[in-house]
Amino acid sequence: MDKMNGATRQTLAMLVDNEPGVLSQIARLFSRKGYNIEAFAAGPTENPGVTRITIDVMADEPHTELLCNQLRKLYPVHSVKWLNTENSIYRELMLVKVSAESSEKRNDIIQLANIFRAQIIDVSLETLTLGITGDAEKMSGLVNIMKEFGILEIARTGVVAIERGKATINDLSKESGEFNYGKNVL
Amino acid sequence: MKISGAEILMECLLEQDATVVFGYPGGTILNVYDALVKYKGRIHHYLTAHEQGAAHAADGYARSTGKVGVAFSTSGPGATNLTTGVATAYMDSSPVVFISCNVAENLIGKDSFQEVDSTGVMLPITKCNFQVTDVNKLADTVRRAFAIARSGRPGPVFIDILKNVTAETAEYEYIPRKKHKEAGALKTLFDRNMVDFNIPQVDEEDIDTLVRMIGESEKPMLICGGGVVRARADAEFNRFADLIDAPTAITVMGGGGISGTNPHVTGMIGMHGSQASNIACNECDLLIAVGCRFSDRVALDPETFAQQAKIVHIDIDRSEINKNVQTDHHIVGDAKEVLQKLNDRLKQQDHTEWKKFVFSHPTETVYEDGGDTLNPKQVCSTIAKLVDHDTIVATDVGQHQMWSIQHFHFDYPGQLITSGGFGTMGFGLGAAIGAKVGNPDKTVILTTGDGSFRMNCNELATVQAYGIPIIIFIFNNGTLGMVRQWQNLIYKKNFSETTLDRAPDFVKLAEAYGLQGRRVNNQKDLGEAIEEAKASGKGYIIDCVLDMDEMVRPMVGGGSHITDFMKI
Repeated sequence: MDKMNGATRQTLAMLVDNEPGVLSQIARLFSRKGYNIEAFAAGPTENPGVTRITIDVMADEPHTELLCNQLRKLYPVHSVKWLNTENSIYRELMLVKVSAESSEKRNDIIQLANIFRAQIIDVSLETLTLGITGDAEKMSGLVNIMKEFGILEIARTGVVAIERGKATINDLSKESGEFNYGKNVL
Repeated sequence: MKISGAEILMECLLEQDATVVFGYPGGTILNVYDALVKYKGRIHHYLTAHEQGAAHAADGYARSTGKVGVAFSTSGPGATNLTTGVATAYMDSSPVVFISCNVAENLIGKDSFQEVDSTGVMLPITKCNFQVTDVNKLADTVRRAFAIARSGRPGPVFIDILKNVTAETAEYEYIPRKKHKEAGALKTLFDRNMVDFNIPQVDEEDIDTLVRMIGESEKPMLICGGGVVRARADAEFNRFADLIDAPTAITVMGGGGISGTNPHVTGMIGMHGSQASNIACNECDLLIAVGCRFSDRVALDPETFAQQAKIVHIDIDRSEINKNVQTDHHIVGDAKEVLQKLNDRLKQQDHTEWKKFVFSHPTETVYEDGGDTLNPKQVCSTIAKLVDHDTIVATDVGQHQMWSIQHFHFDYPGQLITSGGFGTMGFGLGAAIGAKVGNPDKTVILTTGDGSFRMNCNELATVQAYGIPIIIFIFNNGTLGMVRQWQNLIYKKNFSETTLDRAPDFVKLAEAYGLQGRRVNNQKDLGEAIEEAKASGKGYIIDCVLDMDEMVRPMVGGGSHITDFMKI
């Protein structure tokens, strides 16, 4: 089984202990099993001791399942959900600094930014900085157009994602139940 | 009452009934060793010659007794010397708590003397690891570490304690082990979600499905893996094999999971598996593997492994399911519990015809009679004849390891102590010491090779100092036999750097350590030497001379089809 054969972009969301060393432990797991993290986003949750991490990785479906299983085995990991593209909402924030030396260029960029519903968040006589939220396709659309004007810098947060409807990351499945068997301490 | 961190550590070991510790002192762990004196008689410390020896001894203790082993080391080189032992325990799921101290808080991160990021080093080779920076959290961390080491699929846990923490004082309150889950970090772990709190029962539907599959099968086969040994589920497994009436192969780690004399046993499976095991695996229509992870030494080619069979995997670790081999059905749970449930529902099956076919192939390799010289099988059978039936056998890694597993018949979990997953040469002597300390009433022997033994023979000092009567059999063929075998078969006899025509004289080495030894060339001398060793009541080296071109037979090349036996 070649890992990269038939690999597509998969999104994993997980809740982990907010403690030193946990991020490196999770990142190490991906490299140890031979995967590259394509995007990574971490932030606090409603529970101060818990961090939510969203990771994008290139893998095929059977290997993604194995990765989830390996992640669930780590003690700082509370739960892992492999998000389904159709049932989930993906958002990312991108800041793009574009070169805009003339008023003509500035006007063009502002018009195009409006079409993408991007916001102008900073301006100087030589540059414009746009902010945009959306999914990956919207980002790359804007990037492609702004290339014409000259992109000076890009900062992206990495994707965060959540399921549609009432489903949450804490929902129990047979698989997560089977996991907790192994974690039975004492 | 307030006591020091070092004393809290001692008290926590006593809470866990961990009265045996192997270790080696040094600068940062001095406070702990200072406290040891106060706990003399309650905590027995064995000073080894090297931290690696301590790690293997704690591992051997854990494997043979089923209890959690403990090893101490100092910071820096002390901690890194443990690592080979930690990785060995990790690969074979052995419950060991490794405790090392690091430099004091004011020196952390300054590349201080003997400082290393030990939790970072241990990260990929432990179940979990902790650095203790606050004396008030020490007891809680130790309790959590022991619970994690022995829970679920067992494994090593590493605790790094800063030196200042061992000196500072904190309130300590004795809590019996059973109540540990009611407070602190363990409580959090239990409360984290509902399922953790109520340990899920084995899925009854999964059990029913398997019972139905067994009923439909005409050519069932079982694999007994290391999980059966860790779960101490030998009685259940024996009954399971008898009820299904199925040929049963044993993995390297599974030795002792089923009685070696059970008539269903077909011997080892995989690279050095018997013809009976490997052919049965290829022909069966249902393969039930219990507590095994289908490593590349068993499922040599995962695509064609048991290709005619429905594969069923019983394991406590969900992440092992479908990892190496695609399965048709799985049950996640403790081997003992799952097998009990299965045995309760199974009716006696009869597969006489199928067994007749399987057992028409050899289960053990036949060697030509060596006459005046020794062959591997003779060494093993002479030993087996002259030592107690329940003797614990520790091995190192290489040809002697495969011969030991092929030709000794292990009867109970913990009787075979071997590094199956990590394949650590130099594991044996330390592990044998640990096994003997944990089982003072049993005979413990070590089978080793001249290559493996030379790696960590420094532990002979430990054998001598504590009067640990281990009989050491060196399968001495003057070469790194297993590597030579590969060079012979795969590398066109290009014997690069494998010939060990060098010191020491192992008999004189034994004498240098204050022990006895004898070099033997034939069965008669071997027999006499064993009697002498038993009578000596001390560590004893028997240096058995073997031919350097002797091979482990049969053999299937890595990645090959399981019945693709090499012509040897």
